[in-house]
Amino acid sequence: MISPWVIVSAAIGYLGLLFAVAFWGDRRSLAGRSLVANPWVYSLSLGVYCSAWTFYGSVGRAASGGIAFLPVYLGPTLAFSLAWILLRKIVRISKHERITSIADFLASRYGKSSRLGALVAGAAVIGVVPYIALQLKAISSTFLLLVRGSGRDLGTDLAFDRTSFVVAAVLAVFAILFGTRKLDVTERHEGMVTAIAFESVVKLVAFLAVGLWVTYGLHSGPQDLFRKAAARPDLAGLLTFQGPWDSWLWILGLSFLAVILLPRQFQIAVVENTNERHLRKASWQFPLYLLIINLFVLPIALAGRLQFPNPAIDADTYVLSLPLAFGQNSLALIVFLGGLSASTGMVIVESVALSTMISNELVFPLLLRSALGGPDPNLGARLLFVRRLSILLILGAGQFYLYSTHAEGSLVSLGLISFAAVAQFAPSLIAGLYWRGATHRGAFAGLIGGLAVWAYTLPVPAYVASGTSALASMLSDGPFGIGWLRPHELFGVSGLDPISHSLFWSLLLNCGLLLAVSSYRQQSAIEHAQARRFVDVFRRRSETTEVPLWSAATPVAAIRSLLERFLGAERTARALNRFSASRGFDLEKVVFADGNLIAYAERLLAGTTGAASARVALASVAQERELSVGELMLLVDETSKVIATSRALEEKSRALERTSLELRRANERLLELDRLKDDFLATMAHELRTPLTSIRAFAEILHDHPELELTKQRQFLEIVLHENERLTRLINQVLDLAKIESGEGLAGREEIALEEMVAEAVGSFAGVVELRKIELEVRCPAECPRVEVVRDRIVQVLVNLLSNALKYCRPAGWIAVDVAERAGVVEIAVADDGPGVPESERRSVFERFRQVGVLGAGDRHGIGLGLSICHEVVVGHGGRIWVESSERGGARFVFTLPALPATEHRVRPEAATAAESQA
Amino acid sequence: MSHRILIVDDEPNIVVSLEFLLTQSGYDLRVAHDGESALRLASDFHPHLVLLDVMLPGIDGFEVCRRLRQLPQIPKVVLLTARDREAERLKGLDLGADLYVTKPFSTRDLLGQVANLLAGGAG
Repeated sequence: MISPWVIVSAAIGYLGLLFAVAFWGDRRSLAGRSLVANPWVYSLSLGVYCSAWTFYGSVGRAASGGIAFLPVYLGPTLAFSLAWILLRKIVRISKHERITSIADFLASRYGKSSRLGALVAGAAVIGVVPYIALQLKAISSTFLLLVRGSGRDLGTDLAFDRTSFVVAAVLAVFAILFGTRKLDVTERHEGMVTAIAFESVVKLVAFLAVGLWVTYGLHSGPQDLFRKAAARPDLAGLLTFQGPWDSWLWILGLSFLAVILLPRQFQIAVVENTNERHLRKASWQFPLYLLIINLFVLPIALAGRLQFPNPAIDADTYVLSLPLAFGQNSLALIVFLGGLSASTGMVIVESVALSTMISNELVFPLLLRSALGGPDPNLGARLLFVRRLSILLILGAGQFYLYSTHAEGSLVSLGLISFAAVAQFAPSLIAGLYWRGATHRGAFAGLIGGLAVWAYTLPVPAYVASGTSALASMLSDGPFGIGWLRPHELFGVSGLDPISHSLFWSLLLNCGLLLAVSSYRQQSAIEHAQARRFVDVFRRRSETTEVPLWSAATPVAAIRSLLERFLGAERTARALNRFSASRGFDLEKVVFADGNLIAYAERLLAGTTGAASARVALASVAQERELSVGELMLLVDETSKVIATSRALEEKSRALERTSLELRRANERLLELDRLKDDFLATMAHELRTPLTSIRAFAEILHDHPELELTKQRQFLEIVLHENERLTRLINQVLDLAKIESGEGLAGREEIALEEMVAEAVGSFAGVVELRKIELEVRCPAECPRVEVVRDRIVQVLVNLLSNALKYCRPAGWIAVDVAERAGVVEIAVADDGPGVPESERRSVFERFRQVGVLGAGDRHGIGLGLSICHEVVVGHGGRIWVESSERGGARFVFTLPALPATEHRVRPEAATAAESQA
Repeated sequence: MSHRILIVDDEPNIVVSLEFLLTQSGYDLRVAHDGESALRLASDFHPHLVLLDVMLPGIDGFEVCRRLRQLPQIPKVVLLTARDREAERLKGLDLGADLYVTKPFSTRDLLGQVANLLAGGAG
């Protein structure tokens, strides 16, 4: 038992501290050293997700379902660690459009529709009020628990109602102070965010404190605790993974969506986000926070079950009951403050977010037209008033809900009903981010359908079940006895728990209607423009490229005075100066605002009033240029046409580059060929003119010097004859080459044994070979292959190769002619023991007039075209020719010819007899 | 004092004919068969005139011609070549050759041009 005054002063003291933190946060922000610029503050403020539900309810859930409490935290973990790209897109869009809430986001996306904004705001308020009631219940019941020192059920107590009323009133005042303290209404509240981050730390510390005490003070460590629990048959089941798995999955998905879509989460994660990069950090910091705060849930739950066998003690209160039962009053007070911080954090942010929605999406669109016409110079103040009133109404509604239903059911189930309501925003949100074709009507129809199913399957049965109304029978028999309309078993689908069942049908209908209606009806011009701004947010380069939706003929003064009515003179002047500075003109000298300035003013207003109201407000001074869809499509088309053209141009230029590269290569090849031709001609001229020069010179000498002695005369005449021969040979070779190249020289093939041609070629050198004492080997297989060739040409190749070999082999050297057949190819080689052909020249020796470097001057007659002719002949016969090293280090010229099919010459009688006789 | 002439050609038969003719005319002769030995000989022999084939193994005639210009006593240079393109002729003259003779040439004309050059004329 703790004196109520101690508790109240502790609570008031804590709230005061919170207020100081918020004040400090605002001061730092004004001084330009914003605390919110720190990613840790962002991640901690996201911890507002952990409300009283987490603080008290998780233990309650774990006490009956073991680790079934976990999916609610795994969902957000997945959302932040995996889906931060989705979040980044939402944040980017919200910064561009100065989004104030989830309702504003959807309204803005779907053509700045005030109808849709109102629907989403209304749904959010209705969906979240039970959740707020839950926080009030948590604070009130824990307060009474502390005061009375025991955990009796407090639900129907008069004291409870009084307490909760006071709590609601205090929280309302507090939320008003926090969220609507400043007169200049903006979408961001840095002080509040700082305070929320602080609260996240407080509740974490409080929960860890009680967790550590339970685990290490009450028991000797987790092993001890788990061992004791395992020994109890009714608790052992809590330690194992248990299904139903499908409801695990549904709750995982549900909490994944809720952590983005709950008004307070959207407020903190998106609207209050100051830096996109914080999302990257939060992707591990926030899951880490969730992990730490859940560490001791199961130990506390188990300890509670062990300690209180009496089921009258609500498991949701174990966190407090345990310290109280052991007289740990100060620890209990700390836990109460932790729970208070979890609840107040949630209530403050939620009510600020909801009041923004109510004022911007529900109230203002109705009031705006008349207010704009009225004399009130400060509409911002009026907006603020509406918000304060909204906060009071929200908390009043929460209190009323609590009073009328006593918030029957556990903390967790109440929370899940709220989750399921905001999950209805998911289809429109996700389609709005990625599908340009999603329309306002589609989103509206989907939301209406989804929310209707949600209401019918979750809150209505809960209400019916709690009352004593005559309708109670609809749960078991269906309304009016229609069985397939039973709220928990629609269309006879049974076996799902109520949450999964509701989600299944509501999201199915929601998505179905969104898709069907969007596909059926065309978008209006403004819808189309907004769809593009949202879906293509990362593609947008600058504001200047946007489609002008406002006519330019609006006086700057009118815009200025409109802004001043909402933002005040000072902020208006600052914002307009920033704009004119960035555009580089003096606004004082401009009479009419251009489309860009009006669009800027609209976004500026949207940050305060929401997109839908901003549009209405601006329409009071500026002429909206109602672009027809056709006109808009034209603009869109032109943009895409420009993109397509530039792509085509890029493609063309790449193609041109390729072509130019090919041309350059072709040109290089041509130049190379030209150079080769020039070389050929020059060498040809040289080869022809050199013998001619000698012949002429000696003819002139012999003619001019008749007195020459006879031996000299004979010597000179021999030179003339020799040079003449050389010339003749060269001319014959050139003619041969030309003939072979034209194909004419390779006509008249006959089938012939290689042996025969080798013998003929070798025979023509018999005299020289003998004279120079050269060892000439002919190595032919027993059955010498036959080929179909132009006999004289192949003989010519052999003669050329042999004559080269003779020229280069050593004195009294060695020459070998090899014939071999393998794989359908006959291979003929002529080897010598001369200097050989260097590796680098082995390819070029077959080019015309190419002479191997080792040749001595004056010893090169006849080689110029010989190998070229060999090459042409062999290739003309379908063979290859190359040079390699011989076994004795000299050159080995090898050429191949296609062999005749084996069967063909096997059957020849003479071949057969030859083979027999040799065998 | 007879004029010194250096014959540079890798074609033995052409060398033989030039050797015969120029000896007959009373010149002091040396023969080189490639560019390297031609340059070596030129720096010892100090020829008044060089008969220089363009297509030589190793250093070609154009290069030999260029380097001959760096000698202390620059000899007259007659380029003998089978290449008759105008560009090549200009290249030879540009490199400092005094005369560009295309093969096959008349030995009589060549002798006359050599004599003329040695006498200080322009060939």
